[in-house]
Amino acid sequence: MFGFWHKFLVGTVTMVAGLGVAQADTLRLISLGGNVTEIIYALGGDQWLVGTDQSSLYPLAAQDLPNVGYYRRLPAEGVASLRPTLVIASENAGPPRSIEQLRALGITLITVSDQPTVASLHRRVNEIARAIGRSSEAPAILEKFDQSLAQARGHFSPNMRAMTVVMRSGQMLGAGGGSTADAILKLAGLTNVLSSQAGYQPLSAEVVSALAPDVIVITSSSVESMGGIQNVKASAILKHTPAVANDRLIVLDDLLAQGFSLRLPETISQIRQGIDSTHLKSPHAQTH
Amino acid sequence: MLRLTNLNSRHRGLLLIATGLCLATLMAITQGAYPIILMDLIGWLLGGSMDQVAENVVLNIRLPRVLLGLLTGAALGLSGAVMQALFRNPLAEPGLVGLSAGASLGAVIAIVLTSGGLLLVGGFAFIGALGATFLAYTLGQRSSNNAGLLLAGIAINTIGFSAMGLLIVQANDAELRDLTFWNMGSLAGANWSILAWLAPWITVTSCLLMRHWRALNALLLGDHETFHLGFDLPQLRGRLITLIALTVAPTVAVTGGIGFVGLVIPHLVRLWLGADHRWVLPASCLGGALALTLADWVARVAMPPMELPIGLVTSLIGGPFFVWLLMRDKQA
Repeated sequence: MFGFWHKFLVGTVTMVAGLGVAQADTLRLISLGGNVTEIIYALGGDQWLVGTDQSSLYPLAAQDLPNVGYYRRLPAEGVASLRPTLVIASENAGPPRSIEQLRALGITLITVSDQPTVASLHRRVNEIARAIGRSSEAPAILEKFDQSLAQARGHFSPNMRAMTVVMRSGQMLGAGGGSTADAILKLAGLTNVLSSQAGYQPLSAEVVSALAPDVIVITSSSVESMGGIQNVKASAILKHTPAVANDRLIVLDDLLAQGFSLRLPETISQIRQGIDSTHLKSPHAQTH
Repeated sequence: MLRLTNLNSRHRGLLLIATGLCLATLMAITQGAYPIILMDLIGWLLGGSMDQVAENVVLNIRLPRVLLGLLTGAALGLSGAVMQALFRNPLAEPGLVGLSAGASLGAVIAIVLTSGGLLLVGGFAFIGALGATFLAYTLGQRSSNNAGLLLAGIAINTIGFSAMGLLIVQANDAELRDLTFWNMGSLAGANWSILAWLAPWITVTSCLLMRHWRALNALLLGDHETFHLGFDLPQLRGRLITLIALTVAPTVAVTGGIGFVGLVIPHLVRLWLGADHRWVLPASCLGGALALTLADWVARVAMPPMELPIGLVTSLIGGPFFVWLLMRDKQA
């Protein structure tokens, strides 16, 4: 008699304990969008990740996970084949048909704010933290982010004319309004001279000379594809700008330049350091 | 007697393609990124139960997709065969009369100027395809032979692609990527409500097209001969172009641009079964369906959980295969 009750009790306890562990264990998470993945890692949710998308490049560990392709072109069956219990997607993910199909399969899919603004970033961190049960971690992360951002921006604004350029396939493109690069320039206290154009457009030597940017931000892969910084300075399009004349060419890591992420303070401080160091140099440059 | 054996070999050919199509369809339904055990599926078909998610994957994702592939492939193969006969040109395909340019322009307008979404993009692509074909046909009617229609098609294509360029300049990065993918085609947009009107539509227009096999055979002899055999050529041309546009436009609208099938499948069929359109038309229909089903299967299983664009697969595999076939044909 005692034996039976003992077994029953032990069995029940094990079962209940097992259930608790099982729940944490069986959270299978898929992250869609580079700006989402990075926050999941920051919140310590990466232990549950079973898949990401093509745009999830940072942190590097995210690139080792199964990849479902471009997040605006989701394959419903491919996502389902990873057997997720929770999918956290950028609000830009799609197509709507795939999102519908995934929800119809009984998979919990939540979309989170993903715009190039600090407010959207705040919302995103809170939304993701709530979804993966890490709400208590969010305030500290956001506080640290706000502090470092304020520090990076400093007390004064350089208020210079700037443009961000990229070179992907033989043609130099400039970042216009609405792009992440545009938002980053503004946050760094710079004026984007291309803000009236939509998205990335090809640049011409004449237009760039007329716009006369004081600062040019260029991505590191663009510099690489042009064969070094001296080629960038000598390029017909950028040659006749105050930025090149005063050596205010800032090379920015591609991952920093692309995303509006928690590493924004780092991005801003790289840009500001680039300007400050050339500030020191500029009287020298003028004597030449 | 000779005629009879001839008929039999063609019957066999058609039967072989149909068998291949059945097998390919089965394979496409049973295989994909989401693992489903064949025995489970068979049991489920016989009334047993299956994992809820697996059931949903098969019923609401895979099956509509395979059916859309069959319909689109059949439509592309058939209209390619008709176009090649109508223009007496082995390079003819529906794009020649501005259909693809019109569809692409419609899709670009929807992607760049509106919020997008399958319904809008598809609707605009459908209107664009029909509009461009109608315009090319109306302009081409001024000339008595096919050359007029052909030149009008080239003009419409040029205008369509430059208008597209104008919109592309204003597109942002996300829109550009959407557009690139649209042009490479995909069957992922399939669902039951689309199929509910697409299936009867394609079946009816395809049957109407196939009824013209005698006229297409006459066209092989030349315009004059066609006339003397009792066919009203301008009327025939108008009817065929209309039917082709009505067959291809809705599929392009749903799937985006899928190249190669309409061009190559009729060639393969003619190499194998000869030029008689009584056989070429149904065989191109089945062959197109077979090719697209296989291509979509490759697109889904090549690098899961990712999916390749299907237009990419059709040209990537079909191109070299076609070259090999032509080389072999020359040697023989």
